[in-house]
Amino acid sequence: MELDFGPAVRDFRDELRNWLAEHLVGEFAAHRGVGGPTDGAAWDVRLAWDRELSAGNWLGISWPREYGGRGLGLLEEIVFEYEYARANAPYRATGNALDLLGPMLLAMGSEEQKKRFLPPILAVEELWGQGFSEPGAGSDLASVRTRAERDDGGTSRSSGAESGGDWVVNGQKVWTSFGIHADWLYVLVRTDPDSQRHKGLSMLLVPADQPGVDIRPIRNLAGQDEFAEIFLSDARTGADMVVGEVGQGWRTAMGTLGIERGTTLLPQQLTFEREADALIELARERGALHDPMLRRRIVDAWISVRIMRTTNMRTVAELVAGRTPGAQSTTAKLYASMRHQQLGHLAMELAGPAGQIIGEDYELDTRQRSFLLSLAETIYGGSSEIQRNIIGEHLLGLPKDPRP
Amino acid sequence: MDLTFGEEQDELRKVVRSFLARHSTEADVRRLAADPKGYDRVVWRRMATELGLQGIAIPEAYGGSGFGYAELGIVFEETGRALLCAPYFAIVALAAEALLRCADEAARLAYLPGIASGDTMATLALTEADGRWDEQGIRLNASKTAGSWRLTGAKTYVPDGHLSDLLLVAARTPSGVSLFAVESDAPGVTRTALPTLDQTRKQAQIDFSDTPARLLGTEGAAWPAIERTLATASVLLAAEQVGGAAAALDASVAYAKIREQYGRAIGSFQGIKHKCADMLVEIESARSAAYGGLWALDAGDEAEIAIAAALAQAFCSEAFTKVAGENIQVHGGIGFTWEHPAHLYLKRAKSSEVLLGTPSYHRELLATRLGI
Ligand SMILES: Cc1cc2nc3c(=O)[nH]c(=O)nc-3n(C[C@H](O)[C@H](O)[C@H](O)COP(=O)(O)OP(=O)(O)OC[C@H]3O[C@@H](n4cnc5c(N)ncnc54)[C@H](O)[C@@H]3O)c2cc1C
Repeated sequence: MELDFGPAVRDFRDELRNWLAEHLVGEFAAHRGVGGPTDGAAWDVRLAWDRELSAGNWLGISWPREYGGRGLGLLEEIVFEYEYARANAPYRATGNALDLLGPMLLAMGSEEQKKRFLPPILAVEELWGQGFSEPGAGSDLASVRTRAERDDGGTSRSSGAESGGDWVVNGQKVWTSFGIHADWLYVLVRTDPDSQRHKGLSMLLVPADQPGVDIRPIRNLAGQDEFAEIFLSDARTGADMVVGEVGQGWRTAMGTLGIERGTTLLPQQLTFEREADALIELARERGALHDPMLRRRIVDAWISVRIMRTTNMRTVAELVAGRTPGAQSTTAKLYASMRHQQLGHLAMELAGPAGQIIGEDYELDTRQRSFLLSLAETIYGGSSEIQRNIIGEHLLGLPKDPRP
Repeated sequence: MDLTFGEEQDELRKVVRSFLARHSTEADVRRLAADPKGYDRVVWRRMATELGLQGIAIPEAYGGSGFGYAELGIVFEETGRALLCAPYFAIVALAAEALLRCADEAARLAYLPGIASGDTMATLALTEADGRWDEQGIRLNASKTAGSWRLTGAKTYVPDGHLSDLLLVAARTPSGVSLFAVESDAPGVTRTALPTLDQTRKQAQIDFSDTPARLLGTEGAAWPAIERTLATASVLLAAEQVGGAAAALDASVAYAKIREQYGRAIGSFQGIKHKCADMLVEIESARSAAYGGLWALDAGDEAEIAIAAALAQAFCSEAFTKVAGENIQVHGGIGFTWEHPAHLYLKRAKSSEVLLGTPSYHRELLATRLGI
């Protein structure tokens, strides 16, 4: 199955293919297939690659030109993701800002915010971290306790000239992907101290480079300093740094998570396909293809990635046709994350003892990293259990879980 | 290639669904399951005359309306949902397809219009006592005497073979597998209905004793056409399985909302809610498997069809069985009764699982076709 949306898009695709062939060389080519939504490996190279993409005008394809985007459509955005993944280009280090914050700002940000923040995202000049989770608020995101209060006399340097005061932020965030690299954070905070649950929350943009923000790396199970915990002590940001309305942060956050659960799957699935192909190759090399039990599991792995592809294509086709994506756009995350883990287990089994040997300083190869990092896919962006609740309650209309 | 359905296709689905909601109710299904013929003549006729369902994907040149497999898939999804008791699968997915593929224009012109109009009952008689769906499984002997072909031997597990006027029979000649057309009233034909675990889809044994048969296409060259027929039928059966699974989940969800234990609707317990969510994940994945097959069929890409068909059967067979089993679990004791429809879906799932070869067989087909 190939995506083909006609001649106009074909030109765009060819231009992109040529560009990738020319630029995905040298050090960048050496890092093909590296990365993922939470893979901290080869950060510097990947960041340089993002800048290369930016220079080639390939970031923000569907964003308006006035903010540095290319002003094209969803189709081109999708074609980009597929061609990009097909070329096995390194996973974009700044995906967080490009795929989550950017669309959030485009949908809900003020004109000033868009002008101020979107161009540097596309230029890869400012990096962002997502500060939603807290030590006491993971799955139950509505229980965030980080507080922000107004100081009307403040003049935070993030504010515009006459912004009329500051927000002062106190609390702790955790599991912020690529947090140690962040110049800015978008954080979900409680702006109404007396509020309960999802009422009284707001989405704030907070500069990370200030004395009130202390970012400490947390080592993940693959040995990477990929995510971080963030301590906010009288951290300040301008009064105009709320995205959407004050008190409407829950809506903003849910919109972002919807994007996270949806679009990030598109490029991921081609990576999974590549892993499945590599797995078949490995089995062939090991002479394992004739083991009937393994053979069955290999075919099942192949079936899984093919189903992920078709599921994504269904969603893409619906979006392109202007239809509301069906239930599969919600079930896809749960399916993909579970099946990818199975793929990883199978690959490790096929690799056998050789798969247990690593490089110096806990340096992992692609297969090992992918396997270990796949254990996060059923947690981040809403755990599998939470996904099942969402499917049960929102798609099937079952009664809600008891909640405080 | 179009990877989503359009408004006309949505409309078709609506029309078929509402027709079946009226004419394939649980009471109808139970009545026809117990009936030896197993279908309702009046409904069958209306399916043909009012909705044109029998000929929907048959080209206009042969009396059909020439729609694609996407449309046909929609119909199968709906007949599966409604557990329609009728020889629809045997006739449309097997017999009509075999005729379309068999490289015999005269036969197509002779038989397809009757199928499209709902007048001719037909099926593909392929499996024998060992129930194999591969080429080697075909052993029934065809021999030529005095310039005409004759069959002697038996076919069994033939879907709706008990009521088919036209039998498309795969048999072996000295040069290989060939396809023959046999009228059921030809000399030496005995049709015996087999009592089936899944009473919603009937099967028959058919014995031939020196029965005159009409060779379709070239002698000994029929297997590729039969294989291709089976690929199409696999995709259509997968669509039917998706529909059946979706109906089973609907039943679970409806029950989970109203059945209370511990003072709460059981659907508010994660043990049940998550089960239902997993059922939906399974169904949406199965849908992708089946739709992928439909799109491949409409695109006419042979290599892709071979792969997508085996994948669809391997996956959708198991998905339907899994979901139908969980549906009984969600219903508790009531789900284990004869009076509750849950077992009807389980049995249909189980019979569909082996109808065109088991999931393991299809996995192996897939592996071979992928070069694994
Ligand atoms: C690699 C990685 C990167 C991340 N990046 C970011 C980031 O950039 N920014 C950010 O804000 N967050 C990030 N997260 C955090 C992520 O969103 C949370 O980890 C996730 O939402 C789960 O929350 P938790 O870790 O507190 O686990 P908990 O919520 O404590 O869950 C523990 C277990 O209990 C289960 N559970 C919890 N509630 C329920 C329930 N109601 N019903 C049934 N089971 C339940 C969960 O499924 C899980 O199995 C990241 C996480 C990981 C692993």
